[in-house]
Amino acid sequence: MKKFDKDRLLLAIAGPLLALVSAFVLTMIVLAATGINPIEPLRIMVENGGYEDVQILIVNQAGTYYLAALAVAIGFRMNLFNIGVDGQYRLAAMISAVVGGAIALPGPLHILLIVVVAMLTGAFWAGIAGVLKAKRGVSEVVSTIMLNAIATSLIAWLILPKNLGVQVEGSNDLTTGEIAQSGWFPALSMGDSGEIYGFTFIAFALGVVYWFVLNRTRFGFDLRASGASESAAAASGVDSKKMIITAMLISGAVAGLSGMPVLLGESHTYTLVFPVGVGFTGITIALLGRNSPVGIFFAALLMAFIDKASAGLDTAGYAKEIGTIMKGLIVIAVVVSYELIRRYGIRRQQQKVGEELAAGHAMKTEKEVAA
Amino acid sequence: MRRITRIATVGIASAALALSATACGGKKSSDASSSPSESGQKSAAIAYDIGGRGDQSFNDAAYAGLKKAETDLKIKGAEAEPTDGEGEADKVQRLTELARKGNNPVIGVGFAYAPAIKKVAPKFPKTTFGIIDDTSVTGENIANLVFNEEQGSYLAGVAAAKASKTGTVGFIGGVEVPLIKKFEAGFAQGVKDTNPNAKVLSAYLTQPPNFDGFAKPDLGKAAAQGQLDAGADVIYAAAGLAGSGAIEAASAKGKWAIGVDSDQYNQAGLAKYKDSILTSVTKDVSDSVFNLIKSVEDGKPATGEIRYGLDKDGVGLADSNPKYKEMTDVIAAVEKAKADIIAKKITVKTAP
Repeated sequence: MKKFDKDRLLLAIAGPLLALVSAFVLTMIVLAATGINPIEPLRIMVENGGYEDVQILIVNQAGTYYLAALAVAIGFRMNLFNIGVDGQYRLAAMISAVVGGAIALPGPLHILLIVVVAMLTGAFWAGIAGVLKAKRGVSEVVSTIMLNAIATSLIAWLILPKNLGVQVEGSNDLTTGEIAQSGWFPALSMGDSGEIYGFTFIAFALGVVYWFVLNRTRFGFDLRASGASESAAAASGVDSKKMIITAMLISGAVAGLSGMPVLLGESHTYTLVFPVGVGFTGITIALLGRNSPVGIFFAALLMAFIDKASAGLDTAGYAKEIGTIMKGLIVIAVVVSYELIRRYGIRRQQQKVGEELAAGHAMKTEKEVAA
Repeated sequence: MRRITRIATVGIASAALALSATACGGKKSSDASSSPSESGQKSAAIAYDIGGRGDQSFNDAAYAGLKKAETDLKIKGAEAEPTDGEGEADKVQRLTELARKGNNPVIGVGFAYAPAIKKVAPKFPKTTFGIIDDTSVTGENIANLVFNEEQGSYLAGVAAAKASKTGTVGFIGGVEVPLIKKFEAGFAQGVKDTNPNAKVLSAYLTQPPNFDGFAKPDLGKAAAQGQLDAGADVIYAAAGLAGSGAIEAASAKGKWAIGVDSDQYNQAGLAKYKDSILTSVTKDVSDSVFNLIKSVEDGKPATGEIRYGLDKDGVGLADSNPKYKEMTDVIAAVEKAKADIIAKKITVKTAP
């Protein structure tokens, strides 16, 4: 068994901890500076988080965030910045809702079809950026941002009633038609307080798959190697272009999945008011969770908590945007604190090596003196 | 070994999470002691659309109705705002919480609340639920407050065609959704019926789910400038807060702008440009909210579709601008069109 490295673990925890503490302190400073009681809103948020119906919202939201963050993390591991998760997620949700609404199959097959269509759509949309990067050297940051905008326009066009959309009589909303009940994912009922979407559990289970593939397979090794040093990976026989495309495809497929908890568990159709911005929150979560499946899990829970617990602030007389400020500050704090901890870690390592060398040298000189 | 512990951590964590949700005693957010029903005072609640209170437009109009009910009917008002990018579950939770706290009626501002009201209303048969801009959900205790936006926009089209010297007028829609298309359809029909040779330039600022087109004045300004350059001399912007940018652009060129939702000539934020605001297409959301609250207070809760058209002054054309009042021929044409619509001699289209 590998020796348990206490130092590394401490450093790994110190980063997020420092970020969170400083983000909360900064939030309180912002609140105090604007003349608002800095403790009360946070206390209300914690109180809100204690209610069962809010907790269910948090868990469900965390499932969606978890998938989006995994999609981002797969890219990060390969040094690819997939900003297009949001577009991939929306397009996948829309197309799979259309397919799911048009076709009725017996239970599990229907769900499977919707899920597969969502993965393929997401993979296709991300794959465009992957191919552009591999074949033409187009930065995936630029291409995925542009693909987000294109996805928005494409969806707006596709959802028009003359194309794939349906406008329910008397409604001002556009939908893709309701998916038949056979395509609803069974949920875990919590009685009066709501239900946990069944797909949320699949989302968390995918974290295990993610960990296994990255750390226990040849493909995962190639991916991480390419991310760490492309030239070194190439020297050891990894086809970097193929890796770029594959990584983008997988990232897009997972991004496509992130719409499934809501689509299969709640709305059963894609509408004009389908949640947006999930992909961008996913980037924050992947950063905060340091691309580790466990870290992302807690980061997703935290972000979902801030979202849902702050939603009730306005009824208590505080601006619910306090939650948004908090999320923004966390992003800044994460970037700064991880860099600080990294530098501290390197310095510590250098010091240690220095000390050991010095000790070794001292021993040698002592021996020489003795001789 | 290391593999097992990691997997175990993930497993235990998710199990603990599921448990914490089930085993924490079932306390719900609406069990909090601040429930207004306990104090004996009656209360009504509105749940806002994206943008919330302070959008100078749709939500503020609903708030004005609630405010009026607070002073006139001596009730307590409760409000709740949505968060950006939230889903249906959040809306269900918000309405449930408002209803469980004893608010009656609970009004969802905007069509986005339709699926949530469909789920929540049957659980609270004694509470009246109002929804603005939607008739797709119906029920014993659901009141659908809808407006004939196309009729007001038709009048705006008549006024625009009459006031235009170049024969080219512009329409700017905030976000390309069916609701705003009703504005466009009515406007274009009004223009064409008045002057068949007139040209209507049409532009939408953003596509859903990007709702910036209702919020960013710079987008409205840029679109209006484009239409002005193309020869338009009257611009009708149905774009919420973004419309103020269109008004600014028209004012800078000395051309006419037509406002929307509330009488924008009288809006403090637009005082600088008010001389250029020919008229505004009004949509009386605040009265619809007030009337629903009053019907509940009177013990005769309204239910089903309640349509506000030209006949009930639910939509209309404002005449606060003195320069507009001087244009007698325009006013005469508008009055005639209004009478024709009420008499059903003219049917206004709801889609372009």
